[in-house]
Amino acid sequence: MRFGVLRFPGSCDDLDALHAARRVGDAQLIWHAERDLRGADAIVVPGGFSYGDYLRAGAIARFAPAMESVIELAREGGLVLGICNGFQVLCEARLLPGALLPNANLRFTCRQVTLEVANAQTPFTRACSAAERLSIPAKHSWGRYYADRPTLAAIEDAGQVLLRYAPGANFNGSLHDIAGVCNERGNVFGLMPHPEHAVEQLTGGSADGLKIFESMRLAVEGALA
Amino acid sequence: MLIRPKAGILDPQGEAVQRALPALGFQGVSDVHIGRLIELEVQEPDQLGAMCEKLLANPLVEDYEVELLAG
Repeated sequence: MRFGVLRFPGSCDDLDALHAARRVGDAQLIWHAERDLRGADAIVVPGGFSYGDYLRAGAIARFAPAMESVIELAREGGLVLGICNGFQVLCEARLLPGALLPNANLRFTCRQVTLEVANAQTPFTRACSAAERLSIPAKHSWGRYYADRPTLAAIEDAGQVLLRYAPGANFNGSLHDIAGVCNERGNVFGLMPHPEHAVEQLTGGSADGLKIFESMRLAVEGALA
Repeated sequence: MLIRPKAGILDPQGEAVQRALPALGFQGVSDVHIGRLIELEVQEPDQLGAMCEKLLANPLVEDYEVELLAG
């Protein structure tokens, strides 16, 4: 199992994502200007402030050369995980439905949040049990998930909402308490909270985030087997 | 280009300003929405719409208007 972790100018969670990926498989960094994903089975688009987040969060990063290859990989069914700014990039690239807007309280907020697994039958959540609760940190200013009403209905019906903020934990005003959503095919997933910061009990206070990476390993190795 | 949040989408910036104005004594203010203005000098103005669709606005959440000023 080989992960590729993108690095844009302004990425800041790429090394934690690399560390998290290496807990379950091989992983290497891929600079945004490269087109060669070097045989990665799965790509992580990490958090941070890609290209300074100018204009809108993720708006410019989606046009990076590496993103063209990521879009191609996604089209071929490869796994793509976007975390925080990476989620914003995947929405801007239209690989995921909806958009991320400024938090309803207009504040940058950093806190440990409790999430509920809404669909445990996917390549990103299969290491979780149904309705399991995960404790994972979130830290962002632009995390309010928005999609128009028909889109919300469609993603709910199709089971594309994989993670929700637990009751009382939706600090950013996301519609339907959505913390993480996947595409229709189920091979592209984005979430605002940071599983890569919760992979070591010692420093994260919880290793629940590892389950996302472990799920991806199971999915890829199951497909290769 | 004038880019504004689509009607019906929560605009917390606009709401914050709407709450601040009465505190300064300005009464009768309702429905404040905050967007942004992008000024460009262009050779081919017929590309402006495509620029908005592709990069300058996010059509899922924003409306845009193009105003041409002869240079």
